Amino acid sequence: MIDKSTQPESSLPANTEMAISIRELYKSFGDLHVLRGVDLDVPKGKNVVVLGRSGTGKSVLIKIISGLLTADRGIVKVLGTEVSRLNEKQWRELRLKIGFSFQNSALYDSMTVRENLEFPLVRNVKNLSRAEINKSVEEVLDSVGLLRTINQMPSELSGGQRKRIGIARTLIMNPEIMLYDEPTAGLDPTTCIEINELINEVKERYHTSSILITHDLTCAKMTGDKLAMLLDGKFVRQGTFDEVFASDEEQIRSFYNYNFTENKV
Amino acid sequence: MPECIGWHVIFITNSRGRQTHKREGGQSVCGAVVACHFPENQVQTIRTLTGVRMSSSANKPVISKKIDSHLLSLYEAFHFMGRFFREVVRGPFEFQELVRQCYQIGYRSLPLISLTGFITGMVFTKQSRPSLMEFGATSWLPSLVSIAIVRALAPLITSLISAGRVGSSIGAELGSMRVTEQIDAMEVSAVNPFRFLVVTRVLATTISIPILSFYCAIVGLMGSFLDVALNEETNIVAFFESAFEQITFLDIGSALVKAVAYGFTIGMVGCYKGYNAGQGTQGVGRAANTSVVLSMFLIFLEEVAIVQVTNWIR
Repeated sequence: MIDKSTQPESSLPANTEMAISIRELYKSFGDLHVLRGVDLDVPKGKNVVVLGRSGTGKSVLIKIISGLLTADRGIVKVLGTEVSRLNEKQWRELRLKIGFSFQNSALYDSMTVRENLEFPLVRNVKNLSRAEINKSVEEVLDSVGLLRTINQMPSELSGGQRKRIGIARTLIMNPEIMLYDEPTAGLDPTTCIEINELINEVKERYHTSSILITHDLTCAKMTGDKLAMLLDGKFVRQGTFDEVFASDEEQIRSFYNYNFTENKV
Repeated sequence: MPECIGWHVIFITNSRGRQTHKREGGQSVCGAVVACHFPENQVQTIRTLTGVRMSSSANKPVISKKIDSHLLSLYEAFHFMGRFFREVVRGPFEFQELVRQCYQIGYRSLPLISLTGFITGMVFTKQSRPSLMEFGATSWLPSLVSIAIVRALAPLITSLISAGRVGSSIGAELGSMRVTEQIDAMEVSAVNPFRFLVVTRVLATTISIPILSFYCAIVGLMGSFLDVALNEETNIVAFFESAFEQITFLDIGSALVKAVAYGFTIGMVGCYKGYNAGQGTQGVGRAANTSVVLSMFLIFLEEVAIVQVTNWIR
């Protein structure tokens, strides 16, 4: 475990407004202590990449932020709201501002792409005309470059297309925060780069603040304004890409080497 | 809340001393006894999170780990059912999805129900004839068959077929949606997945099964008529007049109650098992399988109970 004092200071100004702020977050599953006092700040309008090995609790972290899991202890503030005491209605209001892109896209199998995109819109925005719904769906599909797939079923789409549609489905609600769970997992390198570019485009176009969970350092380098390395249930290093990987700590070096040297033929 | 890791009794009480159980979403249930085991070092955490007083019995199972686990499952199932009734009255209502489910569950079951109902009526008539012939009472065939079909066979056959076709399909569909995070995706997009998935399906089975049962009874009587017409001199009017002579309002009423109860059971069990499916493909398979087995078991229990009550009334 790396001493916190060895962490470089973030390059962000001290008075930056935070979209997400986490303090001393703990989460266990039985005897398995996944998160052990996690602290993290996500400034507004920035992409924060959370790196770490499998099973270190990266996805658990964003599931707590979105209310899919509850923390054992700690403070999670999303857009200034402390989430631990929210009731069902308050969660609903907060979730309208959060977009969650799942690892496997989680598109609704029984619905077409159009119906997938309409689904959150028609249930959360009242009194929309058919023309307005169609316009929103077409606009957001166009923004991810997949307007032609509008009447296709999810089973007819490629992995990359499914990821894009999954992101489009969250964008239709104009979220202020985006949570990406392994956005490039299982995709070929070219599609990975396209998804990374889309993530940056989303940040610029929709002014979102994001947390990206990934093992992929190319994705981290392309999209992350700030990186946070999760080891043994705690963030051991936070900062820019170069700051995080300037460490001599063995686990961080091996993570870097695997992605950028040993893994390349 | 900390995760359950085993079993012992924890009574969570509010400031008035009533037992409460803090649930996801911040709501509390009063009067619930939670047979659940949290790590001792997290007791303080529970108190801090919920702001309720709590006392714990000795660190051992109430009866045995297995029985406690079954009791807890039962508690969760009733909790699930309670949530269904709350969501039904709360609204807004997913009417389009309800219609779609009625179509899937009801209309698309028609061919199977037609075939089995027709064959059942015909076979039952064929098998009853020799016994009635011994007493020279073949003219009672329409009455006998109609009583058997309306009182017992139609609701039972319809519900058993539906438990296999619909119950497993609901269990597998919701289980697979749980495993592929589609239910989570609904939740994070501020849509209530329970209302969209569970309420619509349970209502659809509760509405469709009685209609299918009625249809099955008519088709079964048609099957019976065909057999009677081939063997005895009769016509359709005389057959149905004779068939309905012995059918009382209580018969129809109890058949309707049965069909509603079976429909509700099939929908509820399928949704409960699917909605709470474990992770992985195994979880989906188990959800589909247990939905069918448990539905059928409960249907037979309900059959016994309803027949007993009907006989008391009769």
